Amino acid sequence: MSDFLRSYLTVAVFGVLACALVGAFVGLSALIRPARKQDQKYLTYESGVDPVGTGWTQSNIRYYIFALLFVMFDVEAVFIFPWATRLEQYGLFGLIEMAIFIFILLLGLLYAWRKGVLKWS
Amino acid sequence: MIELLALNPSWWQETFLIKVPIGLLAVLLPAGTIVYLYLFKAISFMQSRLGPMEAGPYGSLQLLAEVGKWLQKEDIFPSKADKFVFAAAPFVVLMSTFLLVVVLPAGPDALFVDLDAGIYLAMAVSSVSVIGILMAGWSSANKYSLLGGIRAAGQLIAYELPLILAVVGVVIQAGTMNMQGIVLAQAEGEIFGWGGIGNPFILTQFIGFVIFMIAVQAELTQAPFDMPVAESELVTGYLTEYSGIRFLLFFIGEFASAGVFSAIAAVLFFGGWYIPGIDAGSQVFNVIGPLVLATKTMIIAFLIFWFRFTFPRFREDQLQRLAWKFLIPLSLVNIALTGVLKVAL
Repeated sequence: MSDFLRSYLTVAVFGVLACALVGAFVGLSALIRPARKQDQKYLTYESGVDPVGTGWTQSNIRYYIFALLFVMFDVEAVFIFPWATRLEQYGLFGLIEMAIFIFILLLGLLYAWRKGVLKWS
Repeated sequence: MIELLALNPSWWQETFLIKVPIGLLAVLLPAGTIVYLYLFKAISFMQSRLGPMEAGPYGSLQLLAEVGKWLQKEDIFPSKADKFVFAAAPFVVLMSTFLLVVVLPAGPDALFVDLDAGIYLAMAVSSVSVIGILMAGWSSANKYSLLGGIRAAGQLIAYELPLILAVVGVVIQAGTMNMQGIVLAQAEGEIFGWGGIGNPFILTQFIGFVIFMIAVQAELTQAPFDMPVAESELVTGYLTEYSGIRFLLFFIGEFASAGVFSAIAAVLFFGGWYIPGIDAGSQVFNVIGPLVLATKTMIIAFLIFWFRFTFPRFREDQLQRLAWKFLIPLSLVNIALTGVLKVAL
């Protein structure tokens, strides 16, 4: 049993702890809260008037494009972190390598910018 | 796997009798303090009123009264909602907060776990709350909720990037992702050869600190970044259909994350449990470390709520423009500058 796995077991215990806390709150509330069923209570809330159509409507396509951009930069961040811890040992070589890497990714952002993706019309 | 769970009484004892209760305290106590001190009192004084005064001395038990009230509310599931996802969303949001608190060190030996990838894990699990919020917004089958949930997702992922990239500057300076290592790097560091107060990274990573705090503000969906729960246009966004205890759980999650993010900022930029003048290896820090960290945390949390009470809300397009066209390029410049200085000096 390695210490490495042990420490991540502690992390998992904390995840379970969060679920237990939420469960305890909901369970405690279930003991003392009333339950008086009326159909109107379970209607979808639309500022007091009867709901129109379904709740699942279409939304702006831009959110999807932002999500795609996010994936690009998030993957970049995954590569930058290990580099950042070893920069002192890599020295100038590491610096130039990362400058090229970030430059290529910046091109992606510039392309999106140029295409008007970042603008809300 | 069997070996992993093999009975090791001392480890299980330590985890369940010491770490779990302290973990609960570390999440709930700052959350309660922040709600009372800042959300109830500080905002009231800024608006020339007293705030709660009836429950307990100076209204200090108001929060317990509120929790008692919420516990007694009827549990309402909208008939059109996706019930399983609707019920699961608060679990996911709170889990993200609890996984964040696990990386915080409060003294040389006073810590939950000593992970080599500490800050990296924190950045990874902080984005889990996006999933919970999206689940809440989608499963409610409500137009306000869906819009709020999608706005929240768009905002949280946009500001996740400056948050992560601002941390990279700190990691370059400290040379480690271990939270304890980051504290020690600040305690033992020097600013251009002068080591009088160590090297709290707020001085040498000031741009990173500003970017980090703006991103944290947006991650917590506090005003001026409260577009997802904009009450004047979306009722309460993704929380519209939640009531009673389930709403309270989201509320706890929001303020507990405010506390945890402030504590992470305190560790990254203010030296965590270290104060200048005492040797960093000293056992004294196991006792005063948690207090020092808590003090720094509350000061940073005050900054967050001060901004919340002061600035008007951003429009959705202004919000996205700030993230993509200003904060992300700026944080990349910050990484480049830090890298050049680190190699050159």
